Amino acid sequence: MSNIQNFTKGLIKENPIFVLLLGMCPTLGVTSSAINGLGMGLATSFVLIMSNMVISMVSSQIPEKVKIPSFIVIIAAFVTIISFLMEAYTPALHAQLGVFIPLIVVNCIVLGRAEAFASKNKILPSILDGAGMGLGFSMALTLLGSVRELLGSGKVFGISIFSDNYGMLIFVLAPGAFIALGYLIAIINRIKKA
Amino acid sequence: MNYIIIIISAIFVNNVVLAQFLGICPFLGVSKKVSTAVGMSSAVTFVMILATIVTYLLQKLVLDPFGIGFMQTITFILIIAALVQLVEIILKKVSPALYQALGVFLPLITTNCAILGVAILTIQKDYDLLEAVVFSGSTAIGFGLALVIFAGLREHLDLVDLPKGIKGTPAALIVAGLLAMAFMGFSGIV
Repeated sequence: MSNIQNFTKGLIKENPIFVLLLGMCPTLGVTSSAINGLGMGLATSFVLIMSNMVISMVSSQIPEKVKIPSFIVIIAAFVTIISFLMEAYTPALHAQLGVFIPLIVVNCIVLGRAEAFASKNKILPSILDGAGMGLGFSMALTLLGSVRELLGSGKVFGISIFSDNYGMLIFVLAPGAFIALGYLIAIINRIKKA
Repeated sequence: MNYIIIIISAIFVNNVVLAQFLGICPFLGVSKKVSTAVGMSSAVTFVMILATIVTYLLQKLVLDPFGIGFMQTITFILIIAALVQLVEIILKKVSPALYQALGVFLPLITTNCAILGVAILTIQKDYDLLEAVVFSGSTAIGFGLALVIFAGLREHLDLVDLPKGIKGTPAALIVAGLLAMAFMGFSGIV
């Protein structure tokens, strides 16, 4: 498979959220606004790219039996790094995302790509795969965040689209996350079939 | 009184799945039948309480005294992974019947973010050990409650005639949204 395909397959064809349905917890938990979705997406992308890179470099040295635990340690190290970086440079976003930042460790996308792709491929394809998957994940989160913010408070990225007294609060709250994602996946299923 | 507030809050008001979005993967993955849902929630209850106790002691006895709190994420996930393996091996030897019932769910639990999430939340909320046990136990009950109700709803959902695009996951997500709306009725109790 060419390098370009390694990058682009994560965007639409194997989009982690809408097609593979991986990493649902942060998807639903942090997308109450577009900016939160984007922040979470970029943080996860960083972890995906770095862990894919390191794992593709060292995986031939790791014995089969301790493969998964070693992958988890590598991923956890990068999650710790991004957590500290965000705490230092974007403290407001760090507080908003809260417990979901350490939980990037158990995001199935990261371990899934490490196991399914990075451990079997060379460095460059692995980085591209991580970047593509990360971008697909960020796009999905930003889209869901924008839809929820628009329906819930009439804004996108804090910019008013509808008049100020508009607002279906339910879309910013927990139930709106499930309902908005359900309808988004339904629309994408419909487009794919057509 | 404090414990009662923790219990009610963890089961109903801040339900782990429907209000805090932890453990969505098993919530969507193993909720097709009520019997598997019951099996999964018992396994989660067992591991969640155990993991919270162990990680709590680790934080208070090792990480805090040595000032290495930044190792929290790495150590907690390793402890949980090791614990799940340990439980699996012990259960296989000691109680084959229980292993038969819970065995298939145990490997799935390592990547259940509710376990790691509760372990971290317990530290963040600054509970003492007994409160931590009560908190993790009632969170697990809340998880089981949501999972079993949702599985019951999905068994009926299979029989309904839906448009093609919405059948399957989208329909399940929308039903979960309605269920979350019902649980919102509990807000304001504590």
